[in-house]
Amino acid sequence: MLLKLTCMVPLYPLIGSIINGFFGLRIGKKAVGLVACGSMALSFLTSVLIYAGYLLLPEGQHVYEQIVWTWFAVGDFSVDFGFQVDPLTLVMMFVVTGVGLIIHVYAVGYMREEFSYYRFFAYFNLFVSAMLLLVMGNNFLLMFIGWEGVGLCSYFLIGYYFEKKSACDAGTKAFIVNRVGDFAFLLAVMYIFNIFGSIDFTEVMHAAPEKLIYGGEAVTIITMLLFVGATGKSAQIPLYTWLPDAMEGPTPVSALIHAATMVTAGVYMVVRCNALFNLSPLTMTVVAFVGGGTAIMAATIGMTQFDIKRVLAYSTISQIGYMFMACGVGAYTAAIFHLVTHAFFKACLFLGSGSVIHGIHGEQDMRKMGGLKKYMPVTYWTFLISALTIAGIPPLSGFFSKDEVLYHSLMDGNIAFWGMGISAALLTAFYMFRLVFMTFHGESRVDPSVHPHESPKVMTTPLVVLAGLATVGGMLGVPLFHGWHILHNWLQPVLHFDLASALQHSEHMLHAAGRHAPSWTHLLEPKEHSGWIEFSLMVFSTIVAVIGVAGAYIFYIKQPHLPAKFTAGQWGFNLVQNKYYVDELYDDVVVKPTVKGSNLLWKECDTKAIDGAVNGTAKAIGWFSRQAQTLQSGFVRNYALFIVVGFVSLLLVMF
Amino acid sequence: MELLIFYPLAGLCVALALGVIFNNSPVGSAIALIGMMLCLSGIFVLQQAHFIAILQIIIYAGAIMVLFMFVIMLLNLKQGETAGWVAREKNLLLSILTGLLAVGILYKIAQVLFSGNMDAPASLADSFGTVAVIGETLFTDFVLPFEVASILLLAAMIGAVVLAKNKLD
Amino acid sequence: MFESTVPLPHYLMLSATLFVIGIVGVLIRRNVIVVFMSIEIMLNAVNISLVAFDHYMNLSSGQIFSFMVMCVAAAEVSVGLAIIIALHRNKPTVNLDEFNLLKW
Repeated sequence: MLLKLTCMVPLYPLIGSIINGFFGLRIGKKAVGLVACGSMALSFLTSVLIYAGYLLLPEGQHVYEQIVWTWFAVGDFSVDFGFQVDPLTLVMMFVVTGVGLIIHVYAVGYMREEFSYYRFFAYFNLFVSAMLLLVMGNNFLLMFIGWEGVGLCSYFLIGYYFEKKSACDAGTKAFIVNRVGDFAFLLAVMYIFNIFGSIDFTEVMHAAPEKLIYGGEAVTIITMLLFVGATGKSAQIPLYTWLPDAMEGPTPVSALIHAATMVTAGVYMVVRCNALFNLSPLTMTVVAFVGGGTAIMAATIGMTQFDIKRVLAYSTISQIGYMFMACGVGAYTAAIFHLVTHAFFKACLFLGSGSVIHGIHGEQDMRKMGGLKKYMPVTYWTFLISALTIAGIPPLSGFFSKDEVLYHSLMDGNIAFWGMGISAALLTAFYMFRLVFMTFHGESRVDPSVHPHESPKVMTTPLVVLAGLATVGGMLGVPLFHGWHILHNWLQPVLHFDLASALQHSEHMLHAAGRHAPSWTHLLEPKEHSGWIEFSLMVFSTIVAVIGVAGAYIFYIKQPHLPAKFTAGQWGFNLVQNKYYVDELYDDVVVKPTVKGSNLLWKECDTKAIDGAVNGTAKAIGWFSRQAQTLQSGFVRNYALFIVVGFVSLLLVMF
Repeated sequence: MELLIFYPLAGLCVALALGVIFNNSPVGSAIALIGMMLCLSGIFVLQQAHFIAILQIIIYAGAIMVLFMFVIMLLNLKQGETAGWVAREKNLLLSILTGLLAVGILYKIAQVLFSGNMDAPASLADSFGTVAVIGETLFTDFVLPFEVASILLLAAMIGAVVLAKNKLD
Repeated sequence: MFESTVPLPHYLMLSATLFVIGIVGVLIRRNVIVVFMSIEIMLNAVNISLVAFDHYMNLSSGQIFSFMVMCVAAAEVSVGLAIIIALHRNKPTVNLDEFNLLKW
């Protein structure tokens, strides 16, 4: 049976990683690239086979679980090392293995001149393996292993250029900021086990409506903790600061880890736990606000940056904010839809920026680009398509997914969410085209000693493939035709949630506890979904996108002196360009006191008290030993005397 | 009646044992030891353990003491080295302590021994201590230790040869 | 006053006395060979006890044990004397106090 292959999917990259890690230097660069891409291709093909196997499952069965072995069992608590295949997993598997494969191929070209080529691919494959573990694990703990695994690989890869201090610092920063979220996630898992006695996804999601009270404290705490975990991994307010710095890593890393896959793990986790989030309206509101807020804030910062990769990083943060906003209003399908299309176009944008950086020999500052259109046409066109996609121009995929998010934020949420979404969309269109115009159009500001050139085929082909995917990816969910929304129908088994019966259970539980149940009837009223509103929203958001693009055109092509005039001396601009001073704030509030406190502990507590105690013990033992040493005289007769003394004492004691 | 034989024999034993440890020359010590062995053999006879008495003479007085004599002759010790067993100044305290310890142990053992009530001895079979009875016990109940003892002796033999050989190569 | 047989405590007392003399010999003599002889005295003292108890309880296992003791004594003496010879070859003395290599 095809589904038996499930466990092979994360195994192939792991094997590739081991081969490259241990023998990479010996087998040569060509073989390293072959092993890395080959393992990814095998993984992707296996995913296709699993998809086929999943379609062959009997009617009514939506989840296939494969228990590889029982990881550990302590008392009632047992954790299986098992994988599960359901619609959501399949979507993520395709994104991870598919986009991963494309980026691997690209990296073969991009990293060609690196000495520690093998190290890069070992980490890269290991990352894919961990990411697959994250999306395929059938319980929270396995997900956590993947969660930590991708964090670790991200740390390795951000600090890939470890000779550079800024890269090392960025890696450490990413790791430590993520740790905050991971800790919250772990707490949530513990709490879940405390309540459900199990950490298996299927069991927990199934039992959630029966064991948790709608809007109760328990579910709110769990979902809040989970969401804090998600903000760490997915770079949302307040833990987003690590992602822009993470751009210190090689560009393929930024594309795969910090745009397409790892940073969307938080969204995946929220969708995976939708049964829990649905029970907590408070958390949902927080999720939506944080998502919307992040979307706007990151977009404003993105407008002011000059480093090409940093702009894209802020754009990523902003787009993930969209996904969380969709989650927060209960539009999980829209979130996953946007996740998929975002994986395509953002990977393409990053790879395109990598191609540009590669073409002008490592320059990342957009002020030193411009006019590159004629030197690198393939890069330009694919980049333009992706930029149009992210800006939301129909009929590209980003338009559909973004529009669905906006529609649901208005219909299932309220006008505030929609307002945040639409203004972020305007800003997105603006800064993306600012990027395009500054890089590819206008006069060349490239250093005269540098001769820009198009990247080799191995790099441009992935760009073309990704641009193609970004173009047609929207077909997964054309919203106009209800019933034709493929992704929506596909994810239905995962997202199915019976609110009425959950509320009934909650009522019973509250009555059993002798408490009064509030009235929830308004929650059950059916919501109107009007095609007319949807259509007009589409038109509106298209107009907004066009305005954004046009604004960028005016500012950066027509009248290039305008931006300087607008921004000069504006305190608002300075505030935004310095990223709202959030890094400085964290530095003052968290980092410096921690360092000071650690110093205090080190100098006072550790060296004096603890080391003193340890060394004192050693000294006391040394002194005692020297006293005892005199007993060892080396004279046999002395020892005989000791024997006799012992024997006599024994005699005296016994009689 | 037996006590009349026991006391002289025991007294001689103790005297010869003291002679062993207080004699200046190793040869003298060895000869005193042989005498002690012979007296002990007499004591075994008094206990009707004839077999052990014979073994005592053959193994100890015969084999072991001859070995001792051989070694003493082989090493050809000079008088200066053999003398001087007397206590040195700095060890005086230790020597006194040792002597007191010895007397103390003896006193304690005597106290324990004579305070205990001993039952009347079991009636002795005629065959007690004969080779037949010992042999039967040895080859029925103790056959495994007997074999092990033979291996021990073999090992000791080889070990002695290896150690005493002039050069280990 | 004179009993027909010698009481058990007498034998045991003799055994204890010889044993203590052996201990004292081990402790005070420096000549390795005499120390060895003292050890032989101690072994013999134990034999007296074994046989005396055997005689007292009409058994024969004690005599087997003293037989074993003799075996061990023979083995010990042969190996021990061989060691003394080997030692003497390295360092021409029989003074125990000069062999303090055990300190290492």
